[in-house]
Amino acid sequence: MIVIEQLKKSFGSVQALQGVSFTAKDGRITGLLGANGAGKSTTLRIVSTVIRADSGRVLIDGVDSALDSIAARRQLGVLPHASGLYPQLTARENIAYFGTLHGLSDDVVEQRIQSWATQLEMQDILDRRTKGFSHGQKLKVALARALVHAPRNVILDEPTSGLDIAATRALRDLIRGLREQGCCVLFSSHIMQEVVALCDDIVIIARGSVIASGTPAEILASTGAANLEEAFVRATGMPIELLSEQSTTLGAAS
Amino acid sequence: MSWWRVIWIVMRKEVIENLRDRRTLLSAFLFVPLLGPLLFAGMTTFMVDRVVGEADEALRLPVIGAEHAPNLLQFVRQNGATVVSFDGSLDQARVAVREGREHFVLIVPASLGEKIRAGESAPIEVLWDSSNNKAQRHASRARSLLNAYSSQLGALRLAARGVDAQIATPIDVRSVDIATPSGRALILLGTLTYFFLFSLLMGGLYLAIDVTAGERERGSLESLLCLPLGRASLVLGKLGATALFMVLALSVTLTALVFCMQFLPLEKLGMSSNFGPLVALKVAGILLPMSIFGAALLFVVGSFTRSYREAQTWLGAILAVPTLPILFAGMANVRPSTSLMAIPSLSQHLIATNLLRGDAVEPLHVVVSIASTLVVGGAFTYLAVRLYRREKLLG
Repeated sequence: MIVIEQLKKSFGSVQALQGVSFTAKDGRITGLLGANGAGKSTTLRIVSTVIRADSGRVLIDGVDSALDSIAARRQLGVLPHASGLYPQLTARENIAYFGTLHGLSDDVVEQRIQSWATQLEMQDILDRRTKGFSHGQKLKVALARALVHAPRNVILDEPTSGLDIAATRALRDLIRGLREQGCCVLFSSHIMQEVVALCDDIVIIARGSVIASGTPAEILASTGAANLEEAFVRATGMPIELLSEQSTTLGAAS
Repeated sequence: MSWWRVIWIVMRKEVIENLRDRRTLLSAFLFVPLLGPLLFAGMTTFMVDRVVGEADEALRLPVIGAEHAPNLLQFVRQNGATVVSFDGSLDQARVAVREGREHFVLIVPASLGEKIRAGESAPIEVLWDSSNNKAQRHASRARSLLNAYSSQLGALRLAARGVDAQIATPIDVRSVDIATPSGRALILLGTLTYFFLFSLLMGGLYLAIDVTAGERERGSLESLLCLPLGRASLVLGKLGATALFMVLALSVTLTALVFCMQFLPLEKLGMSSNFGPLVALKVAGILLPMSIFGAALLFVVGSFTRSYREAQTWLGAILAVPTLPILFAGMANVRPSTSLMAIPSLSQHLIATNLLRGDAVEPLHVVVSIASTLVVGGAFTYLAVRLYRREKLLG
């Protein structure tokens, strides 16, 4: 479980987060929805401990991530927005590198690689160097790498951007699979439909603040909107044309 | 997991990855290490040519109008030069000199004997081409022979008039050349230690770029930082791999040079083949601490760069920094002293030069050199770790 309390963070004069709080529960998929620059990546980076909040705290399975970041990171599997691979290493070596750095034995690493390879259907590319992999292939390897230590909490920063339909479906299946195993999955997206299709809980974030959160039904009730799209627009105060335009162009660009 | 294990895993991965990169491999272990011996062989051959040429070669004196100056040419022959009659006209002589077929041609006018008998100053022309480097030495040897004859003749004239010849030479300039062949070889040795250092640093250049700017540009850095590890151990693993590549590159260079030395005519330079496997090992031992300093220095600079290209530019320039003291030492002709041993790269240069010359090396110098280089290297390593703790690292 990931508990986020009153996170604030500034970069120079820009206040990126102005007190973000929400909880991502175990066995549920929590979607962090917001336009680009709303503070999604900053929030997720603080949760994954690569940057520190100015104030507020993050509890990962009860561990304060600022006080014991190493223990917190052990409970986390993180797929950052930029998750490049090592081009001169094979897919297997890329995953094994992170596995051994997690302190797993070679046997366990091998076993995990096999299981992810089957699940992500990447047996055929396992022993190829990742140089020249397609976007979808790279993502599969990066996912297996992020999950090699079987973390209880999984953070995915815009995992679907740039993926084709088949790869997106495979990813959704994987995320649902993690939920079945009782994991806490927190992922960010700027695409409404994706969040709606997948998430149990939704956190809408705009200009560094949480505007609405809860199950889709709760959000509809609290905003009084007929559907989630309208709720999103009402919550963010953004005209609907601009919103949809932004989602499509951003989706195409990334 | 223990620090050592993390450092080992990171180091092993970086080494494997870079061993698969053709560009890194070629530059670290082929181009640079082979460039040295080739350059050295070229320079040595050139110098041997000059040194040996100067000492052994008799001066060849092509003359037009030899019949007009029998006494002069007699003097010249006594001084070891060979006189040859130039077959052709004045114009042909000019062409021959310009084309480099002759280094110079002496032109003796028909009136020479007459003028000398009359006690006048008689002209002799030395035709030469100052743009021909090789001719310069020969022409000047010819000129000094002629000058010697001229002063001898002048002294005789004065003596005939009852005047002491010393009157006409108030100052007797004597230049004493005490350069030994091994002295000349010193320049070569300086180049050699400079080159060792260069190949050491080059060996780690691409790796240093890859583990800093490369990791960031590929986008693998953030994932790496999400691992439950201290950043210090990550940095140390990366530094270790860079330093290891540097040491390997140096080993290749030294081995190639030891091999090449067998075929170079070093004895003629008075250098002897002192550079055997044992000396190479000692040189490697002296340079070893430089790999830590060099790796940390390149790493620190690489941490500031955003892209592979930017890193290439900066690190390429930084490579020159450790070689600056050597350049300075070469110009100022400094001698080893304990205080100079505190300067990394300069101390290695001075000690390695001594080793190559077969001179004794003071143990204290070695200790100070190793200690100071390790201290500076340690400081840069600390800085590298600090830089990796910054949030800005992710950009």
